[in-house]
Amino acid sequence: MTTLTAPLPSTLHLGLARGGLELKQFFREREAVIFTFTLPAFILLLLGSIFDEPLDGFPGTDVSQVFAASMIAYGILTTAFQNIGTGITTDREDGTLKRLRGTPVTATAYLIGKIVLVTVTAAAEIALLLGVGVVVFDLRLPTDAGRWVTFGWIFLLSVIACTLFGIAVSTVARSSRSAAAVFNLPVVALQFVSGVFVDIGSLPETMVKIASFFPVKWMGQGFRSVFLPDELAAQEVAGQWEHGRIALVLGAWCVAGLVLALATFRWSDRRPR
Amino acid sequence: MAVIEVSELRKAYGGHTAVDGVDLRVERGEVFGLLGPNGAGKTTTVEILEGHRRRDGGEVRVLGDDPATAGRRWRSRLGIVLQSTTDAPELTVREFVRHVAGYYPAPRDPDAVITQCGLAEKAGAKLRTLSGGQRRRVDVALGIVGNPELLFLDEPTTGFDPEARRQFWTLIRGLAADGTTIVLTSHYLDEVEALAGRLAVLAGGRIVAEGTPQDIGGRAGESTVSWRDSDGVHRVATPDPSALLATLSRPGLTDLRVERRSLEDVYLDLIGEGR
Repeated sequence: MTTLTAPLPSTLHLGLARGGLELKQFFREREAVIFTFTLPAFILLLLGSIFDEPLDGFPGTDVSQVFAASMIAYGILTTAFQNIGTGITTDREDGTLKRLRGTPVTATAYLIGKIVLVTVTAAAEIALLLGVGVVVFDLRLPTDAGRWVTFGWIFLLSVIACTLFGIAVSTVARSSRSAAAVFNLPVVALQFVSGVFVDIGSLPETMVKIASFFPVKWMGQGFRSVFLPDELAAQEVAGQWEHGRIALVLGAWCVAGLVLALATFRWSDRRPR
Repeated sequence: MAVIEVSELRKAYGGHTAVDGVDLRVERGEVFGLLGPNGAGKTTTVEILEGHRRRDGGEVRVLGDDPATAGRRWRSRLGIVLQSTTDAPELTVREFVRHVAGYYPAPRDPDAVITQCGLAEKAGAKLRTLSGGQRRRVDVALGIVGNPELLFLDEPTTGFDPEARRQFWTLIRGLAADGTTIVLTSHYLDEVEALAGRLAVLAGGRIVAEGTPQDIGGRAGESTVSWRDSDGVHRVATPDPSALLATLSRPGLTDLRVERRSLEDVYLDLIGEGR
């Protein structure tokens, strides 16, 4: 029989096909695109307009530009952590995962699809944020390649860590309705304590200590190092950009996220019926 | 070799035994019906055969492999029509069926499958705009597009109008004629009677009867003879209808019928015993 000899589609091929389908579905959900996807840019517009003044002691830089750089961390957090987490919860609920489990699609192929979705939406989110930053708040995009290399690795580590944790946390949310709430709390809380919504220099010391355990503080710091002049490093907690430490912390979160995601991902919720 | 071989299958959830020693055998090309009330263990049994659930005990072979450990190649030979899915609301019927066809090594032609399932006019419509019955037909299309050797149909016609049900039956008969083995679970006894060559009735996690729709549960052993005469309407149950018929020569006799007990009567008796 031909069915026995024809080769199975490879996991990579299936993963990329899933990624294309995920993107198609994501951008067709108009309400989600308008209200979730553009939220970080909207918040940047608001915060940037409220605090549109020169930064104390740094006459060449506006507070709004600091927001524009930090807000990229928020953009990645919403597109990777939040959207993936709620997305997988929805997939578990509406039958997507159950359907896939009855086909030759592997869990890895499904996750490759999610990674494609996250990478494209996160890149689009950042383009939108940078667009607002450049057009409205005179943010200057770096011209030297070194800064873009820094941007590249911070972006990748951030996306991977946030996606893996989104996968892990998706098992905590029991329904897509509760998922929005489950994911919102850590996201909003981390923005505040990590110096994304508020200048990190003005935060209480304990809060910064707690935030230093989580990736968002390091993501924000990393993106500020890419898009702000080097003298702004003096504004950071350590008085420098600390690239090595950023890589270390984000890398550790990637590893922990991978372990957690592998341990907790399941095709269905296992509650018996 | 049988397509499905099950012996002494057991599954418990906490203290509750859902499946309690089920034996089944389904041969290649059969349409096999699995009947039973809610909570009888039907869905659990089918989900174990599909590899969606693990068993606690017993032996299971589906297409020659143990579903608990079988791989992707095994899955590619299986088709599963799920109950009550709401996934992919933003995709069109054609996009989704084509995409799922790409999961399989030797799929059927997606457009032909769409037509076969009576969805040709809806091929360009998004899934969220479909009615319940149309949505179920998409599930059926997705279940057969991989060209499966074995197809699981779980309550496939729930929400269908009578015409759609008839079309669906024609579709299933066509698949069976092509050699696809089909396991059908349904609440509709007429559906099982119309489609299944053999069936088993599950109650309380056990199989209480197995046979063809014509003889299951001693159905062939007793007939109902009914007629109308000058005294009114009569109904008599008898194991020997011809003996009764010989005595039925009387004035004004009309509406004379000899029927087997209905599958519904037999079924209700059977699940009553299992409780």
